[in-house]
Amino acid sequence: MSEPAPKPAPKPEPDRAPVAAPARRHTPMLEVTGMSAWYGEARVLTDVSIEVAPGEVVTLVGRNGAGKTTLLRAVMGLHRQLQGSVVLDGVELTRASADRRARAGLGWVPDDRGIYASLTVAENLLLPPVVHDDAWSLERVYDFFPVLHERRDFPGTKLSGGEQQMLAMARVLRMGSRLLLLDEPSEGLAPVVVERIGEIIRAITAAGVGVLLVEQNVRFASTVADRHYLLAQGRVELHVAGEEFRARESELLTHLGM
Amino acid sequence: MSEFIQYTLQGLAAGGFYALSALGLAVIFGVLGVVNFSHGACYMLGAVISAVLLAELDLGFWPALLIVPVVMFCFGVLMERLLVRWLLALDPLYNFLLTFGLTLVLVEAVKMRYGVSGLPYEVPAGLGGQVTLGSVSLSTYAIFACVFSVVVCVAVGLLITRTRIGMIVRAATEAPERTRALGINVGRWVTPVFGFGIALAGLAGVLAAPTRAITAEMGSNFIIILFAVVVIGGLGSILGAVVAGFLVGLVEAYGIAYAPAYAQIVIFVMMALVVLVRPSGLFGREEIA
Ligand SMILES: Nc1ncnc2c1ncn2[C@@H]1O[C@H](COP(=O)(O)OP(=O)(O)O)[C@@H](O)[C@H]1O
Ligand SMILES: [Mg+2]
Repeated sequence: MSEPAPKPAPKPEPDRAPVAAPARRHTPMLEVTGMSAWYGEARVLTDVSIEVAPGEVVTLVGRNGAGKTTLLRAVMGLHRQLQGSVVLDGVELTRASADRRARAGLGWVPDDRGIYASLTVAENLLLPPVVHDDAWSLERVYDFFPVLHERRDFPGTKLSGGEQQMLAMARVLRMGSRLLLLDEPSEGLAPVVVERIGEIIRAITAAGVGVLLVEQNVRFASTVADRHYLLAQGRVELHVAGEEFRARESELLTHLGM
Repeated sequence: MSEFIQYTLQGLAAGGFYALSALGLAVIFGVLGVVNFSHGACYMLGAVISAVLLAELDLGFWPALLIVPVVMFCFGVLMERLLVRWLLALDPLYNFLLTFGLTLVLVEAVKMRYGVSGLPYEVPAGLGGQVTLGSVSLSTYAIFACVFSVVVCVAVGLLITRTRIGMIVRAATEAPERTRALGINVGRWVTPVFGFGIALAGLAGVLAAPTRAITAEMGSNFIIILFAVVVIGGLGSILGAVVAGFLVGLVEAYGIAYAPAYAQIVIFVMMALVVLVRPSGLFGREEIA
């Protein structure tokens, strides 16, 4: 059931011409293999395997409670009751602490955005260490997100929801994360802000950063993603390319109960 | 009027002891999630070590002001490394019980070694007299204790608000897990922060030594008031700890002066009122409550 759909021809680069089915662009950057997770006795993930290549946007789509957040937390090293392995750029992180994983290049943007109230906007950006040469400078962040510059001395949580989302993404870019784990970035945001987040994701991936995007907003997911993993009750039910997903959208969503 | 000013000064001086200690309690709670019940005993140790330094090594107040915080920092480091650390993964209640047990051990140990009658200490040379301002004469030492506590609180405040270390402490206090996920090895800061918090309690003990009876039990009442301070200020709030420390010191001093029978009750009534109106304390963040 968790078998990916048939392997297609490699996707042409660099543009996003439509392709028939899931494709790895390069050797994977993030490899999650055979991941299972529990809360006490309750098993919430079963043998989940996911790959993301550099510059690729991969979504994890599934209804509420499917286990999406748990998967991201597990990848980040924040969930204890766990089986399975995590490899980033060939580096085995399965036993690494969360801070080591972050320094290895994983950038987590949690579902609550994770902005500190006791830190200013600028401090929120400067808190994490720079872990990669391609890390964005503060000037670049401010150029790209002028609103963060305007509000740099405000407490982080004085920003609007959309601004906090930008800040959370800007923070991991300033750190230089190579692979972003975005947990429902579009949730609760106005359409125009969601669109802006889509633009940001495209800009990020153009520089070779990989994105594992958790979404319930399927319309949004289908506009940005190269491939989709459909998660139901903690299992990968289906693995489809963006094009196929768009073609079969309503059928697949009904199947997921969304 | 002149008496009122005297009581105010006494209150602020006592408040300084509370503020310094509560600050230590707040940073420890913030970064480790541990409510250190032994904080009162550490305050007591600070005063006892000052007395011992004087009696056995002839080192007076000024050297003690430097030596005791260093000694208590080391004590805190050992305590965290040998004891507290092993329980951090469990329910915070275990460390509460551990530090409660440690309090009993420390108090009894001091009693065994130095008895219960109180160790002699005196106000340092030069601070013994009174300062007369118009019709009011004030204890020089109380003024010193006040100013010194405020200066240390401000210095700690600047350390926390203006430095990278402070930024990490604030972040780890607010959300330890998320801070680790942003690449910061929070564990590396746990031991020094614990030592720092204990050192602040010890420093309060040194400051209290010249004006209080130095006994093994002097921390027992202190820790109870300290918990009221922390609840009023907001658990984990740095600013709250300082403001509530001075506030409680004042209320206690006025209570002792004008309604001795109710002096302690007033503090806890104040605590109850604060909790009713703002469950997260005066400076606590709402979401914590
Ligand atoms: N802290 C927790 N304790 C126990 N069960 C949890 C906890 N967090 C999530 N769960 C359960 O795990 C399952 C997956 O949750 P989650 O990963 O948050 O799903 P999603 O992000 O897809 O909505 C759900 O059934 C949820 O009820
Ligand atoms: Mg979720």
